[in-house]
Amino acid sequence: MVQDTRTPAGPAGPPPAADAPPPGRPARPVRGRRRRAWDEVPRRQIYLPLGVYLVFTLVPFYWILLFALRPAGSTSLVPWPMTTAHFEKVWTERAFATFFQNSLLIGLATLVTTTVVALAGGYALARFDFRIKKGFMLALLCSQFVPGALLLVPLFQIFAELRMINSLGSVIIAETVFQLPLSMILISGFIRNVPYSLEEAAWVDGCSRFAAFRIVVLPLLRPGLVAVGSFAFVHSWNHFLFALMFLSSQEKQTIPVGLNTLMGADSVDLGALAAGGVIAALPVVIVFAFIQKWLVTGFSAGAVKG
Amino acid sequence: MATAVTEPPQAAKAPKASGRRTGAAPRRLPYLLIAPAALLMLGFIAYPVLSVFSYSLQHYNPTKPWRNGFAGFDNFTRIFTDDPQFWGTLTFSLKWVAVEVTLQLLFGLALALIVNQTFVGRALGRALVFSPWAVSGVLTSAIWVLLYNSQTGITRYLADLGVGEYGTSWLSDTATVFPAVVVADLWRGVPFFAILILADLQSVPKDLYEAAEVDGAGRLRQFLHITLPHLKDAIILSTLLRAVWEFNNVDLLYTLTGGGPAGETTTLPLYIANTSVDAHNFGYASALTTVAFVILLFCSMVYLRLSKFGGESK
Repeated sequence: MVQDTRTPAGPAGPPPAADAPPPGRPARPVRGRRRRAWDEVPRRQIYLPLGVYLVFTLVPFYWILLFALRPAGSTSLVPWPMTTAHFEKVWTERAFATFFQNSLLIGLATLVTTTVVALAGGYALARFDFRIKKGFMLALLCSQFVPGALLLVPLFQIFAELRMINSLGSVIIAETVFQLPLSMILISGFIRNVPYSLEEAAWVDGCSRFAAFRIVVLPLLRPGLVAVGSFAFVHSWNHFLFALMFLSSQEKQTIPVGLNTLMGADSVDLGALAAGGVIAALPVVIVFAFIQKWLVTGFSAGAVKG
Repeated sequence: MATAVTEPPQAAKAPKASGRRTGAAPRRLPYLLIAPAALLMLGFIAYPVLSVFSYSLQHYNPTKPWRNGFAGFDNFTRIFTDDPQFWGTLTFSLKWVAVEVTLQLLFGLALALIVNQTFVGRALGRALVFSPWAVSGVLTSAIWVLLYNSQTGITRYLADLGVGEYGTSWLSDTATVFPAVVVADLWRGVPFFAILILADLQSVPKDLYEAAEVDGAGRLRQFLHITLPHLKDAIILSTLLRAVWEFNNVDLLYTLTGGGPAGETTTLPLYIANTSVDAHNFGYASALTTVAFVILLFCSMVYLRLSKFGGESK
């Protein structure tokens, strides 16, 4: 976008260059200086508040690492000597190895189902006018007011009817359903940003609608899909109410439920709680590190205004 | 899958249909595309909502089957005339939402404005500052349980420095529990706002600022007359979503305080969860749910109307 201002001068090349200095060159420093003036917020107005906020953000992270790594009973503020005893304990004794597997399975399955279903629906909302479209959009918005927690009882009955209690499938379905409305709104926003004429051009070249979508739209959609998919993953990884209610046996449970039990009855074992917390945080932190630079651009692709 | 089936006909039509999105587009395709989503939402959102409404008119308690049966509006009359806990938890919910959303918005806006500047280490700064967004619910609770622990938590080290005394727990004292949970929730809520606002900030055309500067507008005026109006829709939408989520959110308070001490931090949804799961009183819990839903819907509509969402700016 910013570069657009330069393009008229660029391709024209020689002719305009005749008058005064070369077209591209001088425009830049002037522009740069002006931008600078706006950007030039005094450094301490940036670093000071940011530093304070960073402390607020990082102290809790440090705290949990500290408790996870220092031996039980230590009050040192540095995790030294370091021990992995807490991790070994929660991983084997507290069955976090199993929880981890279950959570991962639920997270990945939710990611895939949400993305595929929302992609189909989002495409319809972005590219077609059809009779129930307005009603459907309204339903998507209204569904955001429906608290999942308050629908636990009927949802439990439905899954009991489907004989899905204590199977991971129930949680995958529930997480997907509650993830869908927002994902669909976001994806349709992303698709709307891809010029329709690109698709039309592909049709003219003999592509089917599906092929055109796959070849032209899908690659452009990648950042948006990564954002939506990771939302779905992170949400289902962190959410605990559905797992708590629909999965009855311990070997089907997920990490947040495991954490909750550590916090409950025997909350004395802070080391185990901290180690469990670190295990719970790892995948989401990795996912986050991976997507965070796309997150902002993904949203700014008109999604918020979708 | 569904797309593959309907593929041939449109492929044939497509070249002729030069008018975009007109009747030339296949009729059934959009319906097929939204069908999976629509069916899932009908089965697992709409149907449960309707059954909650129908339960609200019944005495439904699996542990006391002899009392089951049609109740008419009994549950609702009880809520409004004979349930001090309802009013208590509703008031707390509103206070919780108001305080949380206001603070999150203010801090989130400030944070977004800061990390939108260009400075050395911006990418790392953004990643670190936003990271609690990825961590939510139970994990946030776990972290703050450790931090607030009476024996080895932050108060111990503060006591070493001569602030406060040993053995205090901010979570079990009625005077400190509210600020304590508010701060814990701010930790993961501020990044949410900051991310949304930052996304929108980046779409403000730069030349608007340049023009304003030429006209001699200071930074405050630029903020008030360019930035803020541009952010309006994003702020309205994110505030609304966050308010609804904060209202409905059960994870954090349930695991951090369990609604205590002495019911001090029980929100309406937490009260509902306790009524249905622990007390098995589904009928009454469903009536409470219905009331909560209506309140939420009403407030959202009023808010959207008052704020003129998407009005003239679009």
